Amino acid sequence: MNTANILEIKDLKVIYKTDLEVVEAINGLNLTLGKGKTLGLVGETGAGKTTTALSILKLLPSVTGKILNGSILFDGEEILKMDEKKMQAIRGNRISMVFQDPMTSLNPVLTVGDQIAEAIQLHNPEMSKEDVQKKVASSLELVGIPSWRSVEYPHQFSGGMKQRVVIAIALACEPELLIADEPTTALDVTIQAQVLSMIRDLRDRFNTSMIMITHDLGIVAQTCDDVAVMYAGTIIESGTAEDIFLNKDHHPYTVGLFNSIPNLDVKTDRLSPIEGLMPDPTDLPKGCAFSPRCPHAMEICHQKRPPVYTNNTHNIACFLFLPEGKQGNKGGEE
Amino acid sequence: MNTATHSKPLLETKGLKKYFKIRKNVNLHAVDGIDLELYPGETLGVVGESGCGKSTLGRTIIKLLEPTGGSILFNGKDITNYSVNQMRPLRREMQIIFQDPYSSIDPRKSVIEIISEYSFIHKMYSSKAQTFSKAVEMMELVGLAKRYANSYPHELDGGRRQRIGIARALSLNPKFIVCDEPVSALDVSVQAQNLNLLMDLQDNFSLAYIFITHDLSVVKHISDIIMVMYLGKCVETAPSDELFINPLHPYTQALLAAIPKPDITMRNKEFQLIEGEVTSPINMKPGCRFASRCPHVMDICSQEDPEFLEAAPGHRVACFLVNDK
Repeated sequence: MNTANILEIKDLKVIYKTDLEVVEAINGLNLTLGKGKTLGLVGETGAGKTTTALSILKLLPSVTGKILNGSILFDGEEILKMDEKKMQAIRGNRISMVFQDPMTSLNPVLTVGDQIAEAIQLHNPEMSKEDVQKKVASSLELVGIPSWRSVEYPHQFSGGMKQRVVIAIALACEPELLIADEPTTALDVTIQAQVLSMIRDLRDRFNTSMIMITHDLGIVAQTCDDVAVMYAGTIIESGTAEDIFLNKDHHPYTVGLFNSIPNLDVKTDRLSPIEGLMPDPTDLPKGCAFSPRCPHAMEICHQKRPPVYTNNTHNIACFLFLPEGKQGNKGGEE
Repeated sequence: MNTATHSKPLLETKGLKKYFKIRKNVNLHAVDGIDLELYPGETLGVVGESGCGKSTLGRTIIKLLEPTGGSILFNGKDITNYSVNQMRPLRREMQIIFQDPYSSIDPRKSVIEIISEYSFIHKMYSSKAQTFSKAVEMMELVGLAKRYANSYPHELDGGRRQRIGIARALSLNPKFIVCDEPVSALDVSVQAQNLNLLMDLQDNFSLAYIFITHDLSVVKHISDIIMVMYLGKCVETAPSDELFINPLHPYTQALLAAIPKPDITMRNKEFQLIEGEVTSPINMKPGCRFASRCPHVMDICSQEDPEFLEAAPGHRVACFLVNDK
């Protein structure tokens, strides 16, 4: 274990099992996050981004969700071997999460002050009531909400304000790792800019490590140090933000993802998206999961899962960059 | 793009208003005096934040909501006070694609039934067989495989479901379609596929679109002319490229600056923020609606409504800052 890393995930495999089918949500995922760094986890709906986050917190639905193998090391400790009691001491305290939808992640019948106090009291039972109230007030001020509003209920806040409350709850115990699951998807652009800049300030102030789950490459470019692109439950490309945005070599899926976004600076008549859809996670293709949609797919792609090609900090799981695939194809496309 | 070749607008609104009554003497000004012109084959993009009245505008234009004031001209005819019966034949020419592909189609009908329903209502074809075969043609047109004809909506993903909505709207051969956030609920790669489809259909059938969205990169991609709305008012309209190069209204500038760009060379630049949030559109006072958030606010802004004037050819803006120069 490298002590510079707050989180190391190795070969994680998660399934959702029902009577009818088995959904292979995460298939051998490897991920590391350095202390004080922000990792952008990018991918489309169903890629397994949220499942990854829930696995880290051990919040997978207990009946259907199962972690088959792998390891998740948080600050050197194996999370998968911890009992529920130990996890409770970590959740909301050392690792906390901001959920996607601020409208449904707050309790409508409790004041926002009580909801922030709940997290603080749970993890600091010895703290006096006055101190808790002080802490609540300072948490609210931190996210730019005047502290007198702590006695108000969620419905009295607008969407952007509610998301700030959710962030205040997540940050109340000064976690070492913050997982933000699409924190601004439900918000308008001007409010999104306010929330993002606030998250960035807070991260710099407390030196919090962060996983930013998003499908917006713009947000990744503006806030993240490292990027991991997910497809069908695996990381298909990862590296520093510079690797992903400036390097020439990319996984064909990453290329497709970039081509799908309308460019604000260049006027194009047509977008060139990836044909087809994400594979059904109950019936993943053999070999590379992207091969049925890939414009560069070769024989080998349909048979074997591609190993990872590494160039310094830049990792790509694709045969195009490996000796096995080089004979048939030139590789390294734009 | 072909504005010059058509002298007559297909659709025109003058001072269009839609107020919702909340209590006695308390009105929500959702749409408050919108003038717009739409020419055949052209796309007008309407952008703004949630609650600015863009969806209400789309629905009022095709009279799914009764306008409170102003007028709507379609093909030169004033349809503002048309009754439901008078509107019915016109519905063939104006259609809408709704935002949510999950709730806007009937879950208990099969795909082919959904797509052919409008043709049956309007008695487009003489026989049932012909109606169904036309519906299958529509499916092919929007890239839905024939084998889905007898499927139910829940069996399809969001992108395909949205295509059902598109096929249904096209089944009446409309001249003009209101697209109310038609790609917002979709993932980027599927979003791009559907945007391409909408643009191809426009080329083939010279459709006119009113394209409502909050996503500025999408609106730039698809629109000829963009209209920026704020709290029920139009603050700026300009040709698509012009608006992005030379935004004049402080709100448009703030909106453009707030988009996170996928370009890391700009990473360490601070976000340009405007403070506060969209205020309440209930019983509006006179004055510019953006005044409370505007970084360049002057005394006059909270006293009078700024006029909507032409600042450059085709580029109109409602701001004292620009218009007093």
